[in-house]
Amino acid sequence: MTLSYTRADFQTDQEVRWCPGCGDYTILASVQQFLAGLGRPREEFVFVSGIGCSSRFPYYMNTYGMHSIHGRAPAIATGIAATRPDLSVWVITGDGDALSIGGNHLIHALRRNVNIKILLFNNQIYGLTKGQYSPTSEMGKTTKSSPFGSIDHPFNPVSLALGAEATFVARTLDMDRNLTQAVLQKAYEHEGTSFIEIYQNCNVFNDKAFIQLTGKEERVHNRIDLEHGKPIVFDEGRKAVIMRDGQATIVDAASVDPKAILVHDETRPDPSIAFALSRLSHGPFGPTPLGVFRNVSRPTYESEMSRQLEEAKEKRGPGDLGKLIRSLGTWTVDEAGAITEN
Amino acid sequence: MAEDTATERPQTDTRSYDRLVIRFAGDSGDGMQLAGSRFTDASALFGNDLATLPSFPAEIRAPAGTLPGVSSFQVQIADFDILTAGDAPDCLVAMNPAALKKNLKDLRDGGTLIINRDAFDERNLAKAGFDTNPLEDGTLKGYRVIEVPMDELTTLAVKDTGVSGRDVLRSKNFFALGLMAWLFSRPTQPTLDWIDKKFARNPAVAAANAAAFKAGFNFGETTEATRTTFEVKPATLPEGTYTNITGNTALAWGLIAASQKSGLPLFYGTYPITPASDILHELSRHKNFGVRTLQAEDEIAGIGTAIGAAFAGSLAVTGSSGPGIALKSEAISLAFMLELPLLVINVQRGGPSTGLPTKPEQSDLLFSLYGRHGESPIPVLAIASASDAFYMAIEAARIAVKYMTPVLLLSDNYIANGSEPWKLPNLDSIPEIEVEFAKHPNGPDGKFLPYMRDFDTFSRPWAVPGTPGLEHRVGGLEKEAITGNVSYDPANHQLMVDSRAWKVANIANDVPEVEVEGDEDAELLVLGWGSTYGANRAAARRARLEGVKVATAHLRYLNPLPRNLGDVLRRFPKVLIPELNTGQLLKHLRSEYLIDATGLNKVMGEPFKVAEITAKIMEMTK
Repeated sequence: MTLSYTRADFQTDQEVRWCPGCGDYTILASVQQFLAGLGRPREEFVFVSGIGCSSRFPYYMNTYGMHSIHGRAPAIATGIAATRPDLSVWVITGDGDALSIGGNHLIHALRRNVNIKILLFNNQIYGLTKGQYSPTSEMGKTTKSSPFGSIDHPFNPVSLALGAEATFVARTLDMDRNLTQAVLQKAYEHEGTSFIEIYQNCNVFNDKAFIQLTGKEERVHNRIDLEHGKPIVFDEGRKAVIMRDGQATIVDAASVDPKAILVHDETRPDPSIAFALSRLSHGPFGPTPLGVFRNVSRPTYESEMSRQLEEAKEKRGPGDLGKLIRSLGTWTVDEAGAITEN
Repeated sequence: MAEDTATERPQTDTRSYDRLVIRFAGDSGDGMQLAGSRFTDASALFGNDLATLPSFPAEIRAPAGTLPGVSSFQVQIADFDILTAGDAPDCLVAMNPAALKKNLKDLRDGGTLIINRDAFDERNLAKAGFDTNPLEDGTLKGYRVIEVPMDELTTLAVKDTGVSGRDVLRSKNFFALGLMAWLFSRPTQPTLDWIDKKFARNPAVAAANAAAFKAGFNFGETTEATRTTFEVKPATLPEGTYTNITGNTALAWGLIAASQKSGLPLFYGTYPITPASDILHELSRHKNFGVRTLQAEDEIAGIGTAIGAAFAGSLAVTGSSGPGIALKSEAISLAFMLELPLLVINVQRGGPSTGLPTKPEQSDLLFSLYGRHGESPIPVLAIASASDAFYMAIEAARIAVKYMTPVLLLSDNYIANGSEPWKLPNLDSIPEIEVEFAKHPNGPDGKFLPYMRDFDTFSRPWAVPGTPGLEHRVGGLEKEAITGNVSYDPANHQLMVDSRAWKVANIANDVPEVEVEGDEDAELLVLGWGSTYGANRAAARRARLEGVKVATAHLRYLNPLPRNLGDVLRRFPKVLIPELNTGQLLKHLRSEYLIDATGLNKVMGEPFKVAEITAKIMEMTK
């Protein structure tokens, strides 16, 4: 059934309470816009979040939703998706929620390939608790809890997801609505866990963290837009990416044979080259790839689970409780007290 | 008849008893659990009533021959309805010196010892810490000792069956079992049939085990090792069909029954932990019942997946033991806040921390009642015996879905792994569990109000994703009454905390009153919960034989408590509460009812002996 929705159909009557200017507003609008365009019944969507600024997201989506506990949204979403393959299940999380307290659930959801769509809003800071460094904050970052600079080496979320052999991995920017729409479309169509890192500006505690990718001047030099089937060139054709000594390397495009330029293939079964691309940046401080890193097919967790249930029913017939409670062997005592083994 | 008076009925060769306690003990690689459970099944088919108590080390394979590696299986067989696995064994099988050392102190004076003499070499004696050989130094004076060269005789028995090398001695547990079958006048055919079926894919092993079993039986019959055998006549069990069942299996089947009775698909999200894992193992086999099991990455994910499944419309269950329940605690409070139905099973073991992971204890009661952040008084139920687990699983599910709340269901390692004959119920007589998902908006102008409460149950509607028009959000933040919108309003928080508590307290009107058994005019009431059920009742029986008036009562509902409990407690001048903890129910009841009661408490990783409780009853009624 295709329904005709507008973005307003996915808005709730609750006041949106992020700080004015927060990147979350743009992402919310993008997602509402995207879902409206699908024409899929609203009641088939479930949004699950953990704790953090981004995790207030479900309250603003006129779908089914759960604002749960810190870090556990992927586990809760797994329970929904595993029991209800008919639903479209989304996880909204942040860098602290997904990569710190919930790191374990994230990697296991990715490895299981549960059919859930994970949107990780990465602002590289703890916002809700007012400004501590997060697992994606850069080394040396001065925050309330690191007055002398952070000594924690940060995660690269895309590398982490690829390391967990996620079947769909992408990165986008809160401000780039076109890219976000394109990535959401592919993520939605993908059967299995889709992981999208969204660089999201926190204008209160970590403003302009992504200026290298959003600034008018800077973005020209630093955005590496990955396009499936095309050679990876950026900076208006001046720079290119090649594989050298097992690493993805940025070179002057003019200095190499055009055939040596790496052609992006998001469907490569092996994640190694996608991983190499993710290593081009360690945070948005220079040339950084955006778009879909990996998009491969693997059976989903719930399809395998359903298959086992169907096979068991076919082979053994539907469950018979009377038979089950007699399955360990029984004996019968008759009126006279005589015993017969059954 | 009393369990401590094993009354001898003289006959020529075979002495008849009303009940006997037998313990098989050996190295954890010796197959004692198997021998014990085969002996149990043969006894069940013979018609005895029985109860079992397996005991095994926490280590999977502790070094062979050492004390930590000893595994044992105790069974009490009786010609009347038995309530426990017995106190002191009348007969002990010791397959090696370590098994003897660890178990001899429990054997009753004059009891029978079956010993595998071949295992008593210098090396094994040293490993068990014997300076001299107990078979020769007088240690065993006062017992009836039957020494058998089991290694040698098993080797001879299986030599033409095709097994070789290390497999040869694997059959010696069947030799011991055969000897015990003869000694206790057990039928042999059920065991031989079982061997054929069990080892059908490995004919050589089947032949070896059968040969060893027969050799053990024949050894007893033809040698002069002993002239006396024992028998326990069949019990007069009520008419019906029976099976022998452990608590973990009964619990798993109860969950499946609850799924069928409610029409809700069963989901079990969990993480492996002793002694709860067998519930996962059992449920994962029954996919044709539509059971979905998910072995999660950790305890929190186990309950997380279950909360997701509950939101999406399954009968959702998670299970663990104490340490795992601690990890789930935050999520239990979330389920309580969301008001979603969820079963949380705690198969208790010795704690704190890893504690005694393979031993029973009841030390998570206060944790269950009080151990969560915020005001989260969830229902707590406790299973009384192995077969009771079937019914309590159904009851816990009924309460969870009717009242939209997580329910904690307590078991323990004694219930989980011990077994008893279970008279199979007429499944049609078990009531359906009524579940009605919300289908239509319940508010004015077509709005859905997810926290609009039912007038009778105070429960909220269960609207599952996929239902058009009922899209709504739930969350851990405090919700406005009726609408469920986020609310920080002070009066609303008071109202919601009170509403949730009242909803749970009101369940007392929907569960049975506590029943008093025994002498209504007794001076003493013995009150129990959980796995002390059998021992308490057996102890009261014995005391009555001594002329003491005593009553018993047992709690299956710990929150809310049965509505008549206060009256019951005040009716008796004295109350005794035996618990495998340091006095947790006692403390709770004092705070609830301001009554004085006496505790009998033990945390030794083993169930109560009936004699311990009887002695306390006698002391208190002197």
